[in-house]
Amino acid sequence: MEVLKIATAGSVDDGKSTLIGRLLYDTKSLTDDKLEAIERNSKKKGYDYLDFSLATDGLVAEREQGITIDVAHIYFSTKKKSYIIADTPGHVEYTRNMVTGASQAQASIILIDARKGVIEQTYRHFFINNLLRVKHVIVAVNKMDLVDYDQQVFENIKADFEKLNAQSSYDEQQITFIPISALKGDNVAKKTNTMSWYEGVSVLDYLEDLKPEYDELTAARFPVQTVIRPKKDEFHDYRGYAGKIYGSSLKVGDAVTVLPSLTSSKIKTIEFFDNHYEEAVAGSSVSITLEDEINVTRGDILVKSDEVPQSSKTLKAAVCWMDGKVLVPGAKYEIQHNSNRILAKIDSIEGIIATDYSGEDTSKNQLSLNEIGKVNFKLSKNLFYDNYADNKAGGSFILIDTQSNTTAGVGFIG
Amino acid sequence: MSKILKTNALESEAIFIFREVVAQFENPVLLFSGGKDSITLVRLAQKAFYPGKIPFPLLHVDTGHNFPETIEFRDRLVEELGLNLIVRNVQDAIDAGKVTEETGKYSSRNMLQTTTLLDAIEEFKFDACIGGARRDEEKARAKERIFSVRDDFGQWDEKNQRPELFDLLNGKIEIGQNVRVFPISNWTELDVWSYIEQEQIEIPSIYFSHKRKTFVRDGLIWSASKYVYREEDEEVLERIVRFRTVGDMTCTAAVESEADTIERIVNEIKVSTISERGARIDDKRSEAAMEKRKQQGYF
Repeated sequence: MEVLKIATAGSVDDGKSTLIGRLLYDTKSLTDDKLEAIERNSKKKGYDYLDFSLATDGLVAEREQGITIDVAHIYFSTKKKSYIIADTPGHVEYTRNMVTGASQAQASIILIDARKGVIEQTYRHFFINNLLRVKHVIVAVNKMDLVDYDQQVFENIKADFEKLNAQSSYDEQQITFIPISALKGDNVAKKTNTMSWYEGVSVLDYLEDLKPEYDELTAARFPVQTVIRPKKDEFHDYRGYAGKIYGSSLKVGDAVTVLPSLTSSKIKTIEFFDNHYEEAVAGSSVSITLEDEINVTRGDILVKSDEVPQSSKTLKAAVCWMDGKVLVPGAKYEIQHNSNRILAKIDSIEGIIATDYSGEDTSKNQLSLNEIGKVNFKLSKNLFYDNYADNKAGGSFILIDTQSNTTAGVGFIG
Repeated sequence: MSKILKTNALESEAIFIFREVVAQFENPVLLFSGGKDSITLVRLAQKAFYPGKIPFPLLHVDTGHNFPETIEFRDRLVEELGLNLIVRNVQDAIDAGKVTEETGKYSSRNMLQTTTLLDAIEEFKFDACIGGARRDEEKARAKERIFSVRDDFGQWDEKNQRPELFDLLNGKIEIGQNVRVFPISNWTELDVWSYIEQEQIEIPSIYFSHKRKTFVRDGLIWSASKYVYREEDEEVLERIVRFRTVGDMTCTAAVESEADTIERIVNEIKVSTISERGARIDDKRSEAAMEKRKQQGYF
């Protein structure tokens, strides 16, 4: 079954939970007992409608305060695809959650309240989708029922959003505008006749037709997770390099170079369980054996010999900070880049990037929780890397606090 | 020699996670209940390390109230695959006075498992416990990470979880802490069943339609057994049932079903209007039952 991962961000007020609830309801993904629980709780709270946020807000604190704090995962499926929605809160203090949700997403839904139009939160959502290079963005203009399904309202919002889009540097991003009413179900799972002026498809039809596997055909990267060496006689000299293929497919016979040692060999076999394959596409977890006995360990990356990336002992990256302890120059963190970990020192913080496209603040030499900044690193070892814009897997890393062990931030190289 | 390997996204993700566990931890263990989710995990682990053996043991926390079919199945699987199985019994914790047996109409050993699990983690110094929990099962589980850090009391701090970005899993921990790992986090019940069908994985017979002595309480079908408390007016009848989820007898309700093959089970689930955990008596205790249990170290 095809899987599509989607990110949504927003507050309770803009109808995000209603939209998700509507998708679940119209695809018959809400079971009777879950629906009953929603009805029961909606009644208890005195609502005269079904509050679908009760289905998505999982923690006690969230239900008490009526807000989404964390990333929640919601699942539904059609005959064609399985969908995974990473649902995150939209306020500025949850930027890190939005970044986390978007990092997993192949498509993203930005909700706009038709009565309010493009607001500060819209800027932030779009900025994060730009930064993380989420290819497919649906701008869903919601609550069209409350503006009498007026085409002009929709067109004005679309024009405002296009102005915002002019500031984005991610030209290949595909943006689709859809007028909807999540509450009434218009253009969510199916097209209705309330907006005959709208010629496009419903949100679900758009998602059904997406083919995200063709999006990211970039240089192949194979980070080695572990080496399989069976202690059995028949596999005496067997060394299978276990990992997941990123970027594009690998084939038997491909000339490959091992990073960082720069030793070369050819792919002898590509194996998955008890089968051998000629070729494996990006996204597959496989084991690879090489023609030559060379030293390969966890943390190494196999690349095609004509696609060796750049290397350096310094790094420049946009960092989203996720920890309560502020990031300051001179601090040391461990960088996890694929399966490799190296020690890094913060050299300088060039500036904090405003998520509303208003520019850069260069006055502060530190980065606080939920801020995104341009950071320069000094590395303890030479690192082979890609720019994030060219290759997501080769161009992203997390920062691990060496004392608390927590994931303190995420970096996008370039 | 064949063909091109197309990717099965969920399977590939689960195998990736298994390999990260073995690379990042010294002493992992797979929590095995004998249910379909943990059986699926065993298959995925087999694939992840082939042609090597599964490089960690299985741990079964036995409440003593299991369906005998589950235990038979467990022992056969372990034998066939040459796995290392560790069993720890809830009865031992009761005998040692660490926990007290519940009494009354809804008594169950489900909550008592936590103590036995935490004791076993300490005894064997496990640093990663791999489990078959899925985010679609229950709303507190929807917030769970793939690598979920627990303190040395096994507690889950749901408000202070590590962000998980891309495929970058961070398993760094202090001594005494451990990580719960959920390779099939993103699978739904239907995904698991479809995979069992596709891979022709053997599962215990209680998942298939069979005759069983049962009684009805609170709209759920309970097994009539010496382990399950029953009031005098609760009448035992033989019904054609099967189980959608397998915990122990005191917390798992049956559903009426004629589905006697995997194919028929898959079809039944596709049209089902009741969620899987709708048949879990342990979740019905309160709106936040799962969240509370997880904070205390429940699996």
